[in-house]
Amino acid sequence: MGLPTLEQMQFQHAAAQLNALHAELIDDDRLEEWPNLFEEKCQYSVISAENHNRSLNLAAVFCDSRGMLVDRIVSLRRANIFPAHSYRHILGPTRVKSTSGQIVTTQTNYVVLMTRNDGQTSIYNSGKYVDQIDVSGAGSRFLSKTAIFDTHLIDTMMVRPI
Amino acid sequence: MSIAQQQDTLDQAPSTAGCRVPYRVFTDRQYYDREQEKIFKGDCWSFVGLEAEVPKAGDFKSTFVGETPVILTRDSDGSVHVVVNRCAHRGALVCREMRGNRSSLECVYHQWAYDLKGNLIGVPFRRGLKGQGGMPGDFDMSQHNLRQLRTESVNGLVFASFSETVESCRDFLGPIVVEQIERIMCKPVTVLGDQRQRIRGNWKLYAENTRDPYHASLLHLFHNTFGLYRSTQTGKALMDANKRHSLLYSIAASNDDAADKQAYGDSRTFDTEFKLQDMSLLKGRQEFADNVTLVILAVYPNLVLQQIQNTLAVRQTVTYGPDEFELVWTHFGYQDDDEEMQAIRLKQANLIGPAGLISMEDGEAVEIVQNAIVGEASATSYIAMGGGRAEDADHLVTEGAIIGFWDNYREMVGFEVEPA
Ligand code: FES
Ligand SMILES: [Fe+2]
Repeated sequence: MGLPTLEQMQFQHAAAQLNALHAELIDDDRLEEWPNLFEEKCQYSVISAENHNRSLNLAAVFCDSRGMLVDRIVSLRRANIFPAHSYRHILGPTRVKSTSGQIVTTQTNYVVLMTRNDGQTSIYNSGKYVDQIDVSGAGSRFLSKTAIFDTHLIDTMMVRPI
Repeated sequence: MSIAQQQDTLDQAPSTAGCRVPYRVFTDRQYYDREQEKIFKGDCWSFVGLEAEVPKAGDFKSTFVGETPVILTRDSDGSVHVVVNRCAHRGALVCREMRGNRSSLECVYHQWAYDLKGNLIGVPFRRGLKGQGGMPGDFDMSQHNLRQLRTESVNGLVFASFSETVESCRDFLGPIVVEQIERIMCKPVTVLGDQRQRIRGNWKLYAENTRDPYHASLLHLFHNTFGLYRSTQTGKALMDANKRHSLLYSIAASNDDAADKQAYGDSRTFDTEFKLQDMSLLKGRQEFADNVTLVILAVYPNLVLQQIQNTLAVRQTVTYGPDEFELVWTHFGYQDDDEEMQAIRLKQANLIGPAGLISMEDGEAVEIVQNAIVGEASATSYIAMGGGRAEDADHLVTEGAIIGFWDNYREMVGFEVEPA
């Protein structure tokens, strides 16, 4: 592997920044801004490795438009009943796996810690993101984001995005 | 007038009807231990999986009956079997994987091998090595099989029982349950995937929850607001003759938005302001000729078979202890689903499971009860909606099936435990 080109470094930087912002908006409860990280026509899914590894497509969360992402957040705010909790994402380095024009495919490990009302923090979900990111514009956006999680036993519920 | 206020005016005279369940049945280890013995290892049939999860000879799946690890296998002759996942030698887990395919079941510890029915077929060094060691001369292989459970499949749903005396599975289920299983399992199914949810509460709180049409439109805003389920819908709450099992069904086509709005008054869960940007989530197909859009079939003790819109799933309860259980959701469709139908099912899966816009809330409903009854030695719940008896209803404003569950529980386990 030779030294990366300037363009490769820029792509990698853009993808890592986007993932960091993704985590930040969720963890800081700025969920209304979160759908804007995605293209209008996009795909977001949170799927267990147990299903993914068997080539089964059943996901815990599956959205195929930005509107559906907004609906998830509106539902969380207005409709759903769940225990009070917050997330903290810990991200590993983002690696660019392939590039096609201005679209990059990346992979990033993550851990989500959950803190509930009782004050305890636990490892809630860990896995990897496989993302397709459009890095052409000033602000890069997800074309697709798939969180493939190892922790297939979900603690009580999943209402916030991973 | 809010729903709660309407209720108050009805509740003026003290009533002797109704069912009172001591909260300690949800917290006390003695009840939990007795349930394992009397229910899960007793005269009951527990759900263990779909035949579609083990389609080929040699396929197996590790699962549980109550807390006991078992293996569901498909033998080379096509039959399905359920055995306890514990080696007859010194008790090791024989299957350590969640699922897979094997021609025989071999324990890794000392390599005792069993066929797919659980019969012992191999013991290494049985006659010793170089004339030394070996099993005693009278060692009889046929006396050391895996513990084999009675196993019956009802239209592709596999049930197992530890009991030699319990009636056949179909009789245990009764005609209403069998008819509903036949309705949903009407053609070959294919598994879409699993979801696993750990709930920090007692498993019986979930048994109550799934026999409770009363809560469904009051807890779940999504149900109500989008008319997936309302207590005003045409529907029924029925039980089998023994009142163990519960069938709730409703027909969304019976919605009358204006009248329903009035009935729910200012209830939190009838939110006409809440609109979806992307309504594709709720676009489905009319699949069943009877127009029924919601079926919650709660089968005693550990299964729910459900249809919510176009989502089809079984939910299996696995107990971990008095205050913890796992809910395993196995979603399925039909083998002949076209591409659009597959897409509908995968999208509507957003409604159910631990991240389900509807179902996520039942986990919280269980936990807020568990958290409130901790340490409570004498208080009871009070279950009386619909009249306070274990009776069928041709409406959805009832808790009758919950009482049916408790009547059976009282008979099998009892509300009083002997001093330890
Ligand atoms: S415990 Fe299984 S072979 Fe010894
Ligand atoms: Fe519910």
